[in-house]
Amino acid sequence: MTDMTAIGSIQHEPQFKINWVDAGPFIALAALLLVGFLVNPEFLSANNIANVVTRSAFIAIIAVGATFVISSGGLDLSVGSMAAFVTGVMILSMNALAANLGTSAIIAGIGIVMLAGVLCGLVNGVIVTVGKIEPFIATLGTMGIFRALITYLSDGGSIPIDRSLRDAYRPVYFGSLLGVPVPIVISIVVAVAASFILYKTKYGRRCAAVGANEDVARYSGISVTKVRTIAYVIQGACVAIAAICYVPRLGAATPTTGLLWELQVITAVVIGGTALRGGKGHIWGTVAGAVILELIANLMVLSDFVSEYLVAAVQGVIIIIAMLIQRLSR
Amino acid sequence: MFRTKWVAALALGSVLLATPALTQEKKTIAVSIPAADHGWTAGVVYHANAAAKEIKAAFPDVDVIVKTSPSAAAQVSAIEDLSAGRKIDALVILPHSSEELTTPVKAIKDTGAFVTVVDRGLSDASIQDLYVAGDNIAVGHTTARFLVDKLAGKGNLVVLRGIPTVIDDERIKGFQDGIAGSDLKILDIQYANWNSDEAFKLMQDYLAKYPHIDAVWANDDDMLLGVLEAIKQSGRTEIKYALGGNGMKEIVEKVIAGDKVTPIETPYPPSMIKTAIYMTAAQFVGQAPVRGTVKLDAPLITQANAKEYYFPDSPF
Repeated sequence: MTDMTAIGSIQHEPQFKINWVDAGPFIALAALLLVGFLVNPEFLSANNIANVVTRSAFIAIIAVGATFVISSGGLDLSVGSMAAFVTGVMILSMNALAANLGTSAIIAGIGIVMLAGVLCGLVNGVIVTVGKIEPFIATLGTMGIFRALITYLSDGGSIPIDRSLRDAYRPVYFGSLLGVPVPIVISIVVAVAASFILYKTKYGRRCAAVGANEDVARYSGISVTKVRTIAYVIQGACVAIAAICYVPRLGAATPTTGLLWELQVITAVVIGGTALRGGKGHIWGTVAGAVILELIANLMVLSDFVSEYLVAAVQGVIIIIAMLIQRLSR
Repeated sequence: MFRTKWVAALALGSVLLATPALTQEKKTIAVSIPAADHGWTAGVVYHANAAAKEIKAAFPDVDVIVKTSPSAAAQVSAIEDLSAGRKIDALVILPHSSEELTTPVKAIKDTGAFVTVVDRGLSDASIQDLYVAGDNIAVGHTTARFLVDKLAGKGNLVVLRGIPTVIDDERIKGFQDGIAGSDLKILDIQYANWNSDEAFKLMQDYLAKYPHIDAVWANDDDMLLGVLEAIKQSGRTEIKYALGGNGMKEIVEKVIAGDKVTPIETPYPPSMIKTAIYMTAAQFVGQAPVRGTVKLDAPLITQANAKEYYFPDSPF
């Protein structure tokens, strides 16, 4: 088999072979579903699965963006804070526009939040690439900035959505399209678009090449700065899309919105088979990773094995086992 | 109750001002509190600033300086800075953590300042002149007694708890003691870290796991918001009560409106900082003795008295 990480997915994958690296997270997912069913048959009920997959949508969408950043050799710790900040910006602008625009304020809000997300991503990207600051430190800095901004905007309390918009906007989280909850539809659309960009476009191949070996990429005439900055912009756009699905759920942004999401996002990406050191990204693996994380939390509540004090420890063990299943299935 | 107190304090103040100069020397009260990083601390900041403004207006001889700090380390630096610049006559402090703040507060005390500790006690209780706190055990207990009464002592409950801390443990203990002896059964109890999103998910899971739930108790109102949304989505109608605690204004609004599922509330009021600042000021302007311990009750807030606990301008 071709060594994909070394040359960064420049060659087309042979179609007739099962790629075990890609299959790893799905094997882990299947194993988890089986264990869950044995523990409590309620686990596989349509209702429970719909709930769990729906609420994994935020992490999944943000993690799809993180797959670009990480496979290009970067890292973004600011996504949780950024999600809270752009959520706040979106609600404030929708509330301000509601008086004049009525429910079309939601459409305007969606436009504004996309712009805010892209700008936040651009700021991260420029600091990392033009400022040449380690991504870990740069985004740790913006993580604090975005968190402080949402705290400032909300006076430490909460920013609730205007009552007149609440019911009109609610279906974006609670509604469904042909029986599939809307956030799941949105996640799938995002993942399809992202895998097209990452696997089928020139940009996607450059992204992987930069992550695999920066110097080689530069000698091949790729603008590393541009490729990495765009990856952060894509990340920002994904955070904004997640915010669009998030707002109708509880209808408010608070200083604790999106707390520690960055860690869940990075975990989802890594469970999905993307190496933290960069190189090849696995979009669908990332989505599976996000669902796995949410399923583990759900399973902890539905099972009666674990004392509430030990839940986090068992979650940690399951994540490590999921990684091992992946490694061994290579 | 608070409101009448302030009126009384203000009335007292104006009488005192009318009498010939009690003390001409200007007194400085420094207030050190955590920065607003979630609803409750945001309420503390709001009420501290409100108290400072009101007291400065009522008593020109008293200056109140409010300083917020995002962490225990920052709070240590803040009170050192406060005392370095000027003479502090009193320090009102809501400590981030007991251990780290004890020594620095002792240093202020040793300069002769009056020390008022709010909510979280210091490791050495002898440092404080006045201690003002709420009653976390009562938050759980009052809620539990309400449920025992309304459900006629029988039913299935699920509970959401916060972040593993003394505050959380006390509320849970108060609740468990409150339902002891009745046939109310806690089906499940899990941590949701005082976070609405985590509470939403946990409540969805409870609803999937248990076909019949009579009442839900989230030991904080942030979590209750998530719980209510999850119940609404499920369309389940057997849940008679979904209760919280703390006194968040969104929930007090429900009580005022006579909500069926959330008809009551139990306070752990951030306005306790205001009580503490007013009492500390009384020490200087009224020569009213205030040394001691004040434990604010967590009485049942019902439609009848909810207005007393409703602060529409506060962020919490």
